[in-house]
Amino acid sequence: MKFIDEYQDNKLAQGLARKIAKRSTKTIRLMEFCGGHTHAILRYGIRQLVPKTIELRSGPGCPVCVTATADLDKAIALAKLPGVAITTFGDMIRVPGSYSSLQKAKAEGADVRIVYSTIDAVEIAKANPGKSVIFIGIGFETTAPTIAASILKAQQEKIENFYVLSLNKLTPPVMKALLDSGEIKLDGIIGPGHVSVIIGSHPYEFIPRDYGVACVISGFEPLDILLCIDKLVEQIEKGEPKVEIAYPRGVKPEGNRKAWQLMEDVFEIDEANWRGIGIVPQSGLKIRRKYERFDADKAFSVSLKPPREPKGCRCGDVIRGAATPLECKLFRKVCTPERPVGPCMVSSEGACAAYYQYGTTENLQDF
Amino acid sequence: MDDSILLAHGSGGKLSHELVEKKFLPFLANPALNKLDDSAVFEASGRLAFTTDGYVVNPIFFPGGDIGKLAVCGTVNDLAMNGAKPLYLSLSAIIEEGFLLSELEQIMQSIKKAAEEAEVSIIAGDTKVVNRGQADKLFITTSGVGIISPGVDISGANARAGDKVLLSGTIGDHGIAIMSQREGLRFSMTLESDCAPLNKLVSQMLEVSSSIHCLRDPTRGGLATTLNELARQSKVGIVVEETKIPVKEEVKAVCELLGLDPIYVANEGKLVAIVDPADADKILARMRKNRYGRDAAIIGEVTKEHPGKVVMKTKLGPSRIVDMLSGELLPRIC
Repeated sequence: MKFIDEYQDNKLAQGLARKIAKRSTKTIRLMEFCGGHTHAILRYGIRQLVPKTIELRSGPGCPVCVTATADLDKAIALAKLPGVAITTFGDMIRVPGSYSSLQKAKAEGADVRIVYSTIDAVEIAKANPGKSVIFIGIGFETTAPTIAASILKAQQEKIENFYVLSLNKLTPPVMKALLDSGEIKLDGIIGPGHVSVIIGSHPYEFIPRDYGVACVISGFEPLDILLCIDKLVEQIEKGEPKVEIAYPRGVKPEGNRKAWQLMEDVFEIDEANWRGIGIVPQSGLKIRRKYERFDADKAFSVSLKPPREPKGCRCGDVIRGAATPLECKLFRKVCTPERPVGPCMVSSEGACAAYYQYGTTENLQDF
Repeated sequence: MDDSILLAHGSGGKLSHELVEKKFLPFLANPALNKLDDSAVFEASGRLAFTTDGYVVNPIFFPGGDIGKLAVCGTVNDLAMNGAKPLYLSLSAIIEEGFLLSELEQIMQSIKKAAEEAEVSIIAGDTKVVNRGQADKLFITTSGVGIISPGVDISGANARAGDKVLLSGTIGDHGIAIMSQREGLRFSMTLESDCAPLNKLVSQMLEVSSSIHCLRDPTRGGLATTLNELARQSKVGIVVEETKIPVKEEVKAVCELLGLDPIYVANEGKLVAIVDPADADKILARMRKNRYGRDAAIIGEVTKEHPGKVVMKTKLGPSRIVDMLSGELLPRIC
């Protein structure tokens, strides 16, 4: 086993595609929650492998994209404070805020550093005792445990100059908010793979129970996704929606208790501001009082002008699945990866970036 | 001598002379350089190719090479990609105050080795020292002159419909080897950069065929960017098959882990050749006899459809567009 080639096997994929085509009779709409799924679907041409009656719509699962403009403005304002170093995951620095971006702030002299892991941010704080090192904590349940671990490490090692701006978000509550809004009709959800490694499959039970929508958790390799679509189609055709795991090598129904406990120790549940969706109750993570000395929100105060959304940008609609990137007038004409207008074109998990990067031969004329 | 570079080493005075005499000349010695005149004088006739490139790689030492080897191979390869036989290089070093002389020596040693392998002489040079913080350890700029044999006409604009697309070996080795050493992303692996001079490989290809239309080394931006450049320059379409593109297991694994696509990862010892279909097999066979072309493969062909665009048949069968790299390669978050 090499754990890569096996999940990209052409013959198995063709077989699964035939199975899906045979099984599928209804016209249905599935939402892939994760940007990682959108990228894999377009990169491997999965949409061309499944019947045209199965629509695949991208959802809100892109951590950079869902970060509210107001929160991004705050991060930029923090970066401009004297003696502060901002540490963040790479994509974040290129996202335009209302008036600037972390990248621009960096070019103007702010200390902004890209890290690949939260623990690296703690190391930077340790190596630079004269600086206040703030980590911009974005992501879902996938990154939250590592951010919790970084706070615990900083406490253990008595690192006084490490802070986290917690913008972490939770997936089941936003799924509920999307389903409640009824803005788009969904028959099934391709459930997040990496998030579910942490939280397991139980938190999604309300989806089939309360909304009659099928939910199958998927890995990120092409065969994982095809298997997931097959299971979704099976459920929908039979009219028996439920939660299933099509990614058993990664996800256990109960999730990862240890990671979950880390999160619970450090964070408490709070509302969160989502780009395109607004305030969603109980969908965010706030640093608990006992760790508040690491909370950048408490340690620093910045004054902010009211946030401004870029004119014509439909990232909000794309995040909710209410529009595809192709429906945005700015897509490819004004908004490109080189000069992104909204975050969905910046992030390597953004839907617009995926549509931009991986066109199909069917819409070649658009390129 | 002291053990690190001082500002005085760049003053033009005694220390500067000592630096050149002790740390540069012993490694580069050749008649043109040894004269130490203000410019090097050499004979040349025919069509010449001329190129220049700056090297600022971080880290300066990486598995399979260092900034010195890169500075020689990069410029040699740029000349070779036009079918030129590289002859002479210039080398200009900008050194940060405090840089260790032992490291400089190590880099000069690998410059010497790379120049010997590529059979080029470094006949002109310059050294500057800047204050700490004004450069990152060491920056090197090399320029090169090469001579093009009569009848050789290689350009990115020469691809024609029906031509075959050849790739000299596995992609992504350099980019992943560098990434494995970067701060915050360290992982231990045996993968080395593919950094190598390709001029001999090119001259061997030219010996067996006079129908090589385009050559290009897919450095930054990777294979995808190079194929797009060639498609645009020649106003043709290119179709490649994902399964034909050689990728090392280690590179595949790291790319999967980080959410990267190897076709966008940098190479420093690979070339793409677009050739007449009649000669493709012959050229491929010759490439495979050279150590730098051992894993060469025909990965696709040139079409008159979709001019300026590159289309890839994916592993699963469907086709998709392959665009140039935009922005930087960054690992995914989720």
